[in-house]
Amino acid sequence: MWSPSDIYEMPFGDWVDFAVKDWLVPNFRPVFQSIRIPVEWVLDGLDGFLNFVPMVVFTVVLVAIAWRAAGRGLAIFSIVSLIFLDLIGVWSETMTTLAMVTTAVFFCALFGVPLGVMAARSDRFLKVLRPVLDVMQTIPPFVYLVPIVMLFGVGTVPGVIATFIFALPPITRLTNLGIRSVREDLVEASYAFGSTPRQVLWEVQIPLAMRTIMAGLNQTLMMSLSMAVIAALIGAGGLGLTVNTGLGRLDVGLATEGGIGIVILAIILDRITQSFAERRSSTSPSLTGILRSLFSSGKPARPAADKQAA
Amino acid sequence: MSAKLTAKNVYKVFGSSPETALDLVEQGKTKDEIFESTGQTVGVHDASFEVDEGQIFVVMGLSGSGKSTLVRMLNGLIPPTSGSIMVDDTDVASCSGEDLRKVRRDKISMVFQHFALFPHRTVGENAAYGLKVKGVGASERREKAQNALDQVGLGAYADSYPDELSGGMQQRVGLARGLCAESEILLMDEPFSALDPLIRRDMQDELLQLQRSLKKTIIFITHDLNEALILGDKIAIMKDGRFVQVGTAQEIVGEPADDYVAAFTQDIDRSRVFKVKTIANEPRSLTLQDSLADAVERMEKLERDALFITEGDKIAGVLSYREAAPALRNGETTIDPVLNRDYAAVQGEAYLHEIYEAASAGMPIAVMDGDAFVGVVRPSEVFAQLVRGEEAAAEAGDRMTAA
Repeated sequence: MWSPSDIYEMPFGDWVDFAVKDWLVPNFRPVFQSIRIPVEWVLDGLDGFLNFVPMVVFTVVLVAIAWRAAGRGLAIFSIVSLIFLDLIGVWSETMTTLAMVTTAVFFCALFGVPLGVMAARSDRFLKVLRPVLDVMQTIPPFVYLVPIVMLFGVGTVPGVIATFIFALPPITRLTNLGIRSVREDLVEASYAFGSTPRQVLWEVQIPLAMRTIMAGLNQTLMMSLSMAVIAALIGAGGLGLTVNTGLGRLDVGLATEGGIGIVILAIILDRITQSFAERRSSTSPSLTGILRSLFSSGKPARPAADKQAA
Repeated sequence: MSAKLTAKNVYKVFGSSPETALDLVEQGKTKDEIFESTGQTVGVHDASFEVDEGQIFVVMGLSGSGKSTLVRMLNGLIPPTSGSIMVDDTDVASCSGEDLRKVRRDKISMVFQHFALFPHRTVGENAAYGLKVKGVGASERREKAQNALDQVGLGAYADSYPDELSGGMQQRVGLARGLCAESEILLMDEPFSALDPLIRRDMQDELLQLQRSLKKTIIFITHDLNEALILGDKIAIMKDGRFVQVGTAQEIVGEPADDYVAAFTQDIDRSRVFKVKTIANEPRSLTLQDSLADAVERMEKLERDALFITEGDKIAGVLSYREAAPALRNGETTIDPVLNRDYAAVQGEAYLHEIYEAASAGMPIAVMDGDAFVGVVRPSEVFAQLVRGEEAAAEAGDRMTAA
């Protein structure tokens, strides 16, 4: 049976190979190398800090946060599971993975939220952004691992960058969705009282979209964690490396130790961030409100409710 | 009184090329024809009106008549396709974004149909939103918000959240937000439509009461003619984007401009629209010094059952034919012995429904302007005025069904 490839075989792979190896890498390597700098800075700072803090201190702080945010159940789970991680000897790897994930989520929020805001305010920008996000979300990470190594080298920083590409879409999409689903008449009311577009954004749209944005942050965090093992393929350390080493040596025990570490981190972080997204059904919290409620005493309830109860 | 807000030849066309639609409008095509040929919708068609300071201007129309579009053009939420809208000296239709914001901050505030309160802010913060946007300091904001909330009777709820309040209370917060901005013009887009009928009545009364002291210029949108008639100093009836009739409540009900308006006014309780003074007759009274014979003769000539008798510039009482005629036959000559000193009096500004009880006695009712005796209303005239509406409406209904 005849097919078009009988006449012409397209060397598509060669073209991509050429574009990356012979054009992008030699011409733009310095640009990509300079992108490393801020990532490296945040990552090294976090990694150093988390590995410096004694295990007991870290556990106490995390358990306190878990208690405040999600209640006693998660606090107990956190104590038991963190001690377990220390006992099986993957504490340092866990801290490195936590640093990587936190760095990736930080940069995802830094770029994803503004991109989502822009997409919400301009249909044209959304039209351009949407296919880009689709590609980022569906392309298998293995495909871009090689060019990332070529452009950024190997190590934990390129691992964070690969994670960033993989985990950026949810927070961008959900920021866009959150802002677009703010009730039209509230936006109109805000304008009717003479707000500038910036005031509408900060006074009305972002606070009301905060729940959805937090749900996006939660998704981004989960996807970052799921990249831990893949990122280890290009030299990132942490629990992913433990899993990969176990895999290479056919050491089921070692792989399981790393895997359990990732699962436990995922559960704790997921529950904490989810509680941010779910808190206060109608009155979405502001970011400062969340931080304040974490550090203030008493139940993080609405001030008015307290007052009325009193 | 000066015009606070003037709209001249305002058009709004929704669609990709409004100019072509405007050309068709000039050729006299109807809204439906234009939509068929160009796919564009004429939202508002040549609206011109003036609203005086301190007046309540009501725009009444069914859904799709363009009234919400019209009110949103007044503060620039929807830019008009052509025409001018002057608020004091600023043309909202053509001014810059910066000027428009200034108008919205200082001159016009708005109350919304579904309240549009910010759920993440307390009631007090909601009320103070206009001030916050203006950059007013926190303590001043709080104080003024408290004042505005006190005015609408919600002073105790400043720290509650909107979702803790009932619908009626929420709309009071919406009103407080409008008042707190201290603007002279208040746009109200069907503010009471989402409320229960009883609460709606309360809110209408309360708005009128507030207006007595505030004297804001109010543009009020509604789909309820009753509400329009209760609130409006001037009422515009809108249909398919056009003003069909603009006038006072009595003009709308008494002289409907066309069958459309007449059909609307059909079910209206006319006794709540017409004031006593509109049906009052000149008093043909006699004085207490006149003779009984004169009185009876006059009643027979005028075909009246009763006459008011004055003493100085006061009313002495009412003389009925039923008592006067036998007394005259029995040889009585003066009015005084048969005069009935119990009589009904109402103010000319009262509505007809307020004199039903007085009218049921069958005796004429004295119409007063303050202390002065200015007219007489016979019970039969009250009912004649009410019946007139029924007849006109029935005629209009016949014509509508025939067409």
